[in-house]
Amino acid sequence: MAVRDEENDMTTAETVIADADLVGAKVRSKAGSRPLDNDFKTIGEVRVNDPRMSCTDVNVFYGDKHAIKHVDLDIAQNQVIAMIGPSGCGKSTFLRCLNRMNDTIDICNVTGEIRLDEVDIYDRKLDVVPLRAQVGMVFQKPNPFPKSIYENIAYGPRIHGLAASRAELDEVVERSLAKAGLWEEVKDRLDQPGTGLSGGQQQRLCIARTIAVDPEVILMDEPCSALDPIATAKVEELIDELRENYTIAIVTHSMQQAARVSQRTAYFHLGHLVEVGDTTQIFTNPRHKLTEDYITGRFG
Amino acid sequence: MSEPDKSTARTIDIVEASLKRRYARERRFKLMGLGAVLLGLLFVTLLFFDIVSKGYTAFVQTHIALEVYFDPAVIDPDGKRDMAEIARADFRKIAREPLAKLFPEVTSRGDKRALYSMLSSGAPYQLSKMVMKEPGLIGTRQVVDLVADDDVDMVVKGNIDRNAPAADRRVNDQMIGWISKLEADGVVKKKFNTRFFTNGDSREPELAGIGGAAAGSFYTLLVTLLLSFPIGVAAAVYLEEFAPKNRWTDLIEVNINNLAAVPSIVFGLLGLAMFINLFGLPRSAPLVGGLVLTLMTLPTIIIAARASLKSVPPSIREAALGVGASKMQTVFHHVLPLAMPGMLTGTIIGMAQALGETAPLLMIGMVAFIVDIPGGPLDPSTVLPVQVYLWADSPERAFVERTSAAILVLLAFLIAMNTFAVIMRRRFERRW
Repeated sequence: MAVRDEENDMTTAETVIADADLVGAKVRSKAGSRPLDNDFKTIGEVRVNDPRMSCTDVNVFYGDKHAIKHVDLDIAQNQVIAMIGPSGCGKSTFLRCLNRMNDTIDICNVTGEIRLDEVDIYDRKLDVVPLRAQVGMVFQKPNPFPKSIYENIAYGPRIHGLAASRAELDEVVERSLAKAGLWEEVKDRLDQPGTGLSGGQQQRLCIARTIAVDPEVILMDEPCSALDPIATAKVEELIDELRENYTIAIVTHSMQQAARVSQRTAYFHLGHLVEVGDTTQIFTNPRHKLTEDYITGRFG
Repeated sequence: MSEPDKSTARTIDIVEASLKRRYARERRFKLMGLGAVLLGLLFVTLLFFDIVSKGYTAFVQTHIALEVYFDPAVIDPDGKRDMAEIARADFRKIAREPLAKLFPEVTSRGDKRALYSMLSSGAPYQLSKMVMKEPGLIGTRQVVDLVADDDVDMVVKGNIDRNAPAADRRVNDQMIGWISKLEADGVVKKKFNTRFFTNGDSREPELAGIGGAAAGSFYTLLVTLLLSFPIGVAAAVYLEEFAPKNRWTDLIEVNINNLAAVPSIVFGLLGLAMFINLFGLPRSAPLVGGLVLTLMTLPTIIIAARASLKSVPPSIREAALGVGASKMQTVFHHVLPLAMPGMLTGTIIGMAQALGETAPLLMIGMVAFIVDIPGGPLDPSTVLPVQVYLWADSPERAFVERTSAAILVLLAFLIAMNTFAVIMRRRFERRW
């Protein structure tokens, strides 16, 4: 309650930051919890010339909680867009809207419009199965199926009927693993369980599994948060290579990672999309105070 | 400088003082746990010791080896070898004759009747069966191990004390004298009691077996398993994976949990009213027993299956959905196989419960005295625990050991089932 009272005293973010030098850490956290006005307008260019996915006025509610507030955002073809922001800002929630993974949560309610190649993915008549084949997802924790490495990759193509024969399936498996940079490491033990690989290998296996169904967009929800720096470097390298063929949206807690792998960056704050722009611009010349505070490590 | 030093020293002292208390508490807790385990073991040991010590003698049966003359004049006076005629022959006479020869001094009618009662009423039938199988025996002399009466059996096994005062025992001095003579002649034999496993129930303890009850239990459990496993798993999968979470599904969940606690006899009454009176299914049939036990086991299976479905990490569901699997594919390709070991365990526990269930089966007439071994789920039959109940109710001394022996067989089945469950679990877990 005390925090709430003090918040009311602060009128702008600037006031908080001005005091920051005097009070230090205590105030820094306050800037992160200060909500923006409901009619806040995103700073920066949310639209692009050739969008793969286009979101307009997206709102997400978890029961009564308004988790995503009026977000407009385009995701450009063959580009990596990074979504950053403090914990609980809604970036993962937003990402999960893009292939309707939020449908699995009963109390979750999404409004607004998200288009994939001019098709409204929240259309009542739309089938989520082909949508998820088009918009694949890699999760925070590596989650290979408790089956063999081969089966992990072959599962998607098999249920979608993408491979006509066993030979074709073999080829898909090899190609996917090769694209994920895992083929050389596992080609001799495809029949061994995917869960027996190291964390980094498991995550690349999950990426390979996503690639195997040949999606157009790949969503990655903090794909490196459970990995060590070496494995992280490999996955980042992989993301950079995948950009040639896929459109990628990545949620990350690591600003360095966002700077390294993305071309565009979107900064989320308590459900608002605060600022969008080229990654270099966001990291060198942020226009909103909150973005600046976050990337300079004043809170978050 | 000295002040913080003092305070740290004090902290350590406090910690060390409390440490002793904490360890003491831990030790006490461990000892209590160990005590509980030992108490449990003690009771299990007592139970087993009691049952085994009472029951093991039932696995052997006293026989009297007598030289039987298959007298053609009695068995087949016409010499036609007509099987129907032979079956009607007076084998009682044939069985009694060698005994009368052994004890020529017994002449009075009453004494003779007492003498002949040393043989089981199944002994003539035993001879008849031999002849039916091998008609060539007619006219020959054979030494045959004839089944002894249960009283003789009890005396030979020492379950009836020969030295007790005559008024306190069932068997009189005269018969004990005969038994001693037979024993001295070396014709009293204890043989493995195959009848106990193959025969149906009987009024005569020496002829009574668990064959009928075991077959009844088998058919009953088969019906139960075939119905409750698919229905239970389907219900659990629907409730856990597909049903919307609303007031109705909450209500269903509460009801399922309540059903698990309903006294089993209530299910018996329900089965009587529904399956027998309304649907007209046969009384005493394993089919009805299986239906009733299905009702009783379903909550157990549903609850266990739901728990094991819940324990499958959501990340697996997300992974499957993420590559575009439909909900059905996600459940059947990934969730169900991972939940299967838990479901099987729940099912086996439910089955074991059903195997040991007595009360609801009394309500649907499976408590009748049935001699024939059922040939299918529609034949009248009883089940193992009801057989135990029936024998425990019988006054004959020889039924005491048979009761314990039947319990032993029941326990053996339970152990076998649980072992099977463990093996199944292992196999499934290795595959995934």
